[in-house]
Amino acid sequence: MTTKPVNNYAWFFVLPVLAFVMFSSIIPAMTVVNYSVQDTLGANSFFWNGDTAFRALLNPTTEIGARFNDALFRTLAFSLTCLLIEVPLGILVALCLPRKGWAVGISLVLIALPMLIPWNVIGTIWQIFTRADIGLFGAALTGLGLPYNVTQNTISAWSTIVVIDVWHWTPLVVLLSYAGLRAIPDAYYQAARIDGASRWATFANIELPKLQKVLVIAVLLRFMQTFMIYTEPFVVTGGGPGSATTFLSIDLVKIALGQVDLGNGAAMSLVYYLITLTVCWVFYTIMTQLERRRDA
Amino acid sequence: MARIRLDGIAHSYAGKPESDRDYALKPLHHVWEQGQAYALLGPSGCGKTTLLNIISGLVIPSEGHLYFDDVDVTQLPTEKRNIAQVFQFPVIYDTMTVAQNLAFPLKNRRMDKALIDKRVSEIAQMLDLNRDLNRRARGLTADAKQKISLGRGLVRADVSAVLFDEPLTVIDPALKWELRSKLKSVHRALNLLMIYVTHDQIEALTFADKVVVMNDGRAVQIGTPAELFERPDHTFVGYFIGSPGMNLLPASVAGTRARVEGGEIQLGAAYPALPSGKRVQIGVRPDYAVLTTGAGLPVKVKRIADLGRKRLAYVSLGGQPLVTSVPPDMGSIGEDAKVAFDAKHTLVYADDIRVEGTAS
Repeated sequence: MTTKPVNNYAWFFVLPVLAFVMFSSIIPAMTVVNYSVQDTLGANSFFWNGDTAFRALLNPTTEIGARFNDALFRTLAFSLTCLLIEVPLGILVALCLPRKGWAVGISLVLIALPMLIPWNVIGTIWQIFTRADIGLFGAALTGLGLPYNVTQNTISAWSTIVVIDVWHWTPLVVLLSYAGLRAIPDAYYQAARIDGASRWATFANIELPKLQKVLVIAVLLRFMQTFMIYTEPFVVTGGGPGSATTFLSIDLVKIALGQVDLGNGAAMSLVYYLITLTVCWVFYTIMTQLERRRDA
Repeated sequence: MARIRLDGIAHSYAGKPESDRDYALKPLHHVWEQGQAYALLGPSGCGKTTLLNIISGLVIPSEGHLYFDDVDVTQLPTEKRNIAQVFQFPVIYDTMTVAQNLAFPLKNRRMDKALIDKRVSEIAQMLDLNRDLNRRARGLTADAKQKISLGRGLVRADVSAVLFDEPLTVIDPALKWELRSKLKSVHRALNLLMIYVTHDQIEALTFADKVVVMNDGRAVQIGTPAELFERPDHTFVGYFIGSPGMNLLPASVAGTRARVEGGEIQLGAAYPALPSGKRVQIGVRPDYAVLTTGAGLPVKVKRIADLGRKRLAYVSLGGQPLVTSVPPDMGSIGEDAKVAFDAKHTLVYADDIRVEGTAS
């Protein structure tokens, strides 16, 4: 029997991080919890409201509940659309990238470029780019006779936000997949050639299984980011036309800061947070458990 | 099933070779006969994997032609060559079961389902995999995985050849023996041409009917294990095969006698016309240089190594180090001793190449 050396000094070194997390996450989160169970009539006087805000939020027959429901549905649809485009597209691009030579560096930098642009600039770039009068994209589509108008046409607005996200974040999936593909030893491809596997069989039986781990990460990251999308619709469509692109984050800001409805805003942000957390946890657990079951 | 012929096959990884040194594999002519087991033996980086990959088509040679029977396959891609290859590290398809792994090469060639099942169960039986057929291959141990790789190599009955690229590197020593003898019996049962790359001489000598010894991109000698041991054509073979390797001593040879470090020894043949200006050496295996109480060359004994079944003496003859065997009945050995060479097994080398003697 060996005994592990125990040294409680280690806790001491964790303290700075704990302090940082305290101020960056825990205290702000608790403030939100505090707001969510109170209501105010202004003048900084708060009173106890219990779970009223939560009840209203989760009941679609109330005004706020219906609004939350719509925004939630819109956001989920947006996330799903983006994932369905970005993940296959990212893998496809990663498969097409060169494996060696001078072209590797150049193509990786070009691919990663959209991710390097500051988030607040993204919105502005696309706002101008999609304008029907002076924007290259908008003017070109209008010139082709397509009914393209980001501020008035729902389909235009929606597809523009999706295109922005695909343009901005597919590179992340590409880079992750590319790293995963590069980690596959040459012997696997050689064995596949010896075994007479077609391109598709090689992809389905070697590349995709080996990519599984990075793809779980890619899907999680992309889900969280698309589910929290804010800047792009805020700048480009302003949540419109009507409420067509009013995703949860946009609605949350409208309620909390626009209407200064702190109680409902806080309750909404907590539920929003819990949904993100739950979806990620369920997805991750299913993916990892499924593999373990099959191995046994 | 086929006979594979190499006609001046050579390869250089760095484009056009300018000198001899640019070749990873120097021009080689050889015929691999159907049904035989060959080993490619040589130190790391000697070109043996390159040669194997040329045969399987993973590498296209920069020079020469490759024939399967009488068909030129030099430029043919791997998947059209009908060849099987097993790699150094196990390659398995993660998501498939053992049975699906074994069936994969057949499925890709659109074989009949019933035929596939029959073949898979035969091979699984041969390799002791039949209990795990329905398990996922990923959860198995390294040696079971390598058995699957072997199985995928052997499952196609009509392959021209099965190539092995150091397939037992990842296997535990105890299991190595078992797998190697399994391979031998599979070879006997299937009557396939097998080419086995290794840097382990025991593996090569026990597996193969014929061994190709390679060094520095060149096939130095091709022969049976006994030939390699008794009559190495090149000093490299003498040194590389056998443990410890052959003793090589600078000498001058005249007729049937050689002068070594001031002493004279008898040779098994006459060497009347030894080319002049070349470095002449005599080579003798430790098994044929024996310490003796009778006549012999005087040596200084440095140390005795007791290997259990036999004893070896590390001695010096003049200034030259020499390994000799010690007869089992020899008692105490002092610092001064004498060594006798078996004339029949004392070979002559000029510039590292063996010189054939004439009967004296």
